[in-house]
Amino acid sequence: MGSLSGHLRALEAEAVEILRETVACFGNPVLMYSIGKDSSVLLHLALKAFWPAKPPFPLLHVDTTWKFRDMIAFRDRIAARHGLKLIVHTNQEGVAQGIDPINHPSDHYTHVMKTLGLRQALTRHGFDAAIGGARRDEERSRAKERVFSHRTAEHAWEPKAQRPELWRLFNTRLAKGESFRVFPLSNWTEGDVWAYIRAEAIELVPLYFAAPRPVVRRNGQLIMVDDARLRLLPGETVEDAWVRFRTLGCYPLTAASESRATTLDEVVAETLASRQSERVGRLIDHDQSASMERKKREGYF
Amino acid sequence: MPEASPEIASEPRLTSALPEAADKSLLRFLTCGSVDDGKSTLIGRLLVDSGSVFDDQLAALERDSRKFGTTGEAPDLALLLDGLEAEREQGITIDVAYRYFSTPRRKFIVADAPGHAQYTRNMAVAASVSDLAVLVVDARKGVSEQTRRHLTVARLLGVRHAVLAVNKIDLVDFDAERFRAVEADLQRHAGEFESCRAIPVSARFGDNVASPSPRLAWFEGPTLLELLETAEVGRDEAERPFRLQVQLVCRPDAGFRGYQGTIASGRVAPGDPVVAALSGRATTIARIAAPEGDRAEAEAGEAVTLTLTDELDISRGDVLAAAGDRPEVSDQFAAHLIWMGDAPLLPGREYLLKCGTRTAPASVTEISHRLEVSSGEHLAAKTLALNDIGFVKLSLAQPIAIEPYAANRRMGAFLLIDRFSNATIAAGVIEHGLRRATNIHWQSVDVDRAARARAKGQRPSVLWLTGLSGSGKSTIANLVERRLHAEGRHTYLLDGDNVRHGLNRDLGFTDADRVENIRRVAEVARLMADAGLIVLVSFISPFRAERRMARELMGEDFIEVWVDTPLELCRQRDPKGLYRKAYAGQLANFTGVDSPYEPPETAELRVETAGESAEAAATRIVEYLRDRDRIR
Ligand SMILES: Nc1nc2c(ncn2[C@@H]2O[C@H](COP(=O)(O)OP(=O)(O)O)[C@@H](O)[C@H]2O)c(=O)[nH]1
Repeated sequence: MGSLSGHLRALEAEAVEILRETVACFGNPVLMYSIGKDSSVLLHLALKAFWPAKPPFPLLHVDTTWKFRDMIAFRDRIAARHGLKLIVHTNQEGVAQGIDPINHPSDHYTHVMKTLGLRQALTRHGFDAAIGGARRDEERSRAKERVFSHRTAEHAWEPKAQRPELWRLFNTRLAKGESFRVFPLSNWTEGDVWAYIRAEAIELVPLYFAAPRPVVRRNGQLIMVDDARLRLLPGETVEDAWVRFRTLGCYPLTAASESRATTLDEVVAETLASRQSERVGRLIDHDQSASMERKKREGYF
Repeated sequence: MPEASPEIASEPRLTSALPEAADKSLLRFLTCGSVDDGKSTLIGRLLVDSGSVFDDQLAALERDSRKFGTTGEAPDLALLLDGLEAEREQGITIDVAYRYFSTPRRKFIVADAPGHAQYTRNMAVAASVSDLAVLVVDARKGVSEQTRRHLTVARLLGVRHAVLAVNKIDLVDFDAERFRAVEADLQRHAGEFESCRAIPVSARFGDNVASPSPRLAWFEGPTLLELLETAEVGRDEAERPFRLQVQLVCRPDAGFRGYQGTIASGRVAPGDPVVAALSGRATTIARIAAPEGDRAEAEAGEAVTLTLTDELDISRGDVLAAAGDRPEVSDQFAAHLIWMGDAPLLPGREYLLKCGTRTAPASVTEISHRLEVSSGEHLAAKTLALNDIGFVKLSLAQPIAIEPYAANRRMGAFLLIDRFSNATIAAGVIEHGLRRATNIHWQSVDVDRAARARAKGQRPSVLWLTGLSGSGKSTIANLVERRLHAEGRHTYLLDGDNVRHGLNRDLGFTDADRVENIRRVAEVARLMADAGLIVLVSFISPFRAERRMARELMGEDFIEVWVDTPLELCRQRDPKGLYRKAYAGQLANFTGVDSPYEPPETAELRVETAGESAEAAATRIVEYLRDRDRIR
């Protein structure tokens, strides 16, 4: 802890307290592990919070089958390294219907493969608390989100059902079938996440660091050609460019940015100097104004 | 991490340039103000001027400003904040929102409390997590009644520093006199704060928010941002006696037993003598275990894992405390309550109280007064409604370790939770304990209930008959008692009418009185069951919460019998002529007519008198007892 600045120490202690409270108050919690930097920080905090015991919950990854290959390899390696149970769930109905992010509108794809996939997994395993890495600063509709966010038995977020949160006293009572989403990183900003990763030397998926990668330019954005499923349109060519990713998701929906930042210090410096928010690289957010609120109500977070 | 590419030398040159490298601190503050005084614009201004808004967000803001804005051509900074779609369309904000920005010196977490209806609840939420309050007022209006309310709630929740942002100073031509008048007015209400000062700003045009303004040259104080960056709000938690509310017991293997939790106050080091507050047992700290290596010391605010030199029976909800300076352990205390439930407070009803990591059943035994926030008056009250603040006495089913909120925020703060809806219905701050429960134990008796019941060849049971007036409860209860008596069982019948003439003569039919009525009956029934009796209780008992309280009091002795008769049928029977009176408006609060009946969800037995005779029902109830070996 020695190298952490005062505000990171405070954020860390708050997140650890929330994680412990979740384990103390719920019978069957799970950590939603989406492999990105926020999930990496969350897992790191969970390893600290319960040490010397292992985090007493499994990791859940909702695999859309369109994640970067590097992400999947990283996921499996990390779960094995820490000896944690990893549950991978894919919405098989979506796969059977051939829903993909290239030929289907991104909001429909996200709804079927991510939102419905997550709901299926939560219902199947009967999880009563799903811990996620979402932050309030990500998007303005999240500014009022609770740390313990109530979900109905249908996994819906009802504004009226949310409880006032005072101090660090969380009312975790549930009726049958209901659940909570728990967000230990609520008060972190993107800058805090990077500063913490740097201070704690947390390992990340290599995609966050610049390297020459095969990309195509599409609608003014750089899309990485991670496998043969991304077919080229007439006039498109694959080029090798020095790129990296600021956030990670399904590769056809995640734009790369040109960068030469190959070390953590360089990535952090570049991020903090950026004039663009991290969501610029997420193609799904541009569909409609307030799209995040709709996704949240449907259970995307 | 990938290797550095040959083209880019990876020097550590950036390290010192990173803002986080310095010892940056964290300030949590709240903002509040009346609608339209410019609070949203002010926060928007702080975010933009501190460089916390990205270009794409600014572009979105400009688009939104053209659609919803109130500032003509200029971007409407308030729109940076309005989060939820529904709210944005209605142009209101209804819930506390959290904002983040930072400067090289400090990171800020802003709890933004909307100013209109439900102000008390929202203010309390925001104040509970803040060390400083920024109150926005319109320079033209000055300190209003609402400002005073905000100051009161902030103070009650332990915020010690306040800043009054005197906004829209452009609209009074940057007039120094006007500002000084507002400032003077503020000082009259600021007595209880450690620091409280006023600053003139124009949120819309940025004057004196992040940079000084030539138009306010007469003002000698800091800009708002400067003040936030330098405000000393240091709490003295670390200087107080050591307390840790145990969250989890960590037992990875037989060789390790760690107590995990966040240090509520004080410091701790290996070798320190401590006690488990609830049992009073003493031991010493062995280690402060941490993955990066054991620590030599830890202090308030840190989330730690402690091991002790002795194996004590300590679990979640207990408090580890400095042996030389222990917290009070009590089951009764006086506290301020901020009521947040839609349903009003019912004294005597059992709620759940969560204080630290401990949750226990609790009820309000007395409302000492209600605080009229705008005038500061103390008024007599029978109940508290949404957004009311009151001073009450609480009684808990088990003692807990507490401290006055003013001395220790974590040890003195609590929530009240409704057992049915699970809603958080009140927030409370403890003023003081009412009697030390530390050394009071239940008198253990030699002749116990099992012995008394054995002597009678029956298991103590409480048959709790609930249902509408005229549903047939008393008829059935009488038949059951007669049969049991014929078998030589020892029984007693508590009936609504006989109890109301004696024990509960002082109670009427308001919701609050009904609760107390049932509480007393339940206690009496429990004593009789303790004596080994089969008790028949025949009470309308319309509320689930009270029946649940009775159930919890009596544990497995409790058998709920729902005498389920349709209202229409009860009304036709009307054995005492009460429905006629109620419908004629001569009887108020009559169950089923103008007072609700909440049907049981977990009744052991249900009797539908529309299809089953009272005789048959009584037989069924007696058989139920026999089948379960309650009578032999
Ligand atoms: N002239 C002037 N107008 C302001 C100032 N601050 C806010 N306003 C305007 O006052 C109105 C209400 O502001 P808003 O921030 O939405 O108020 P809130 O309800 O307190 O959040 C808007 O039209 C703002 O543009 C100011 O400093 N000067």
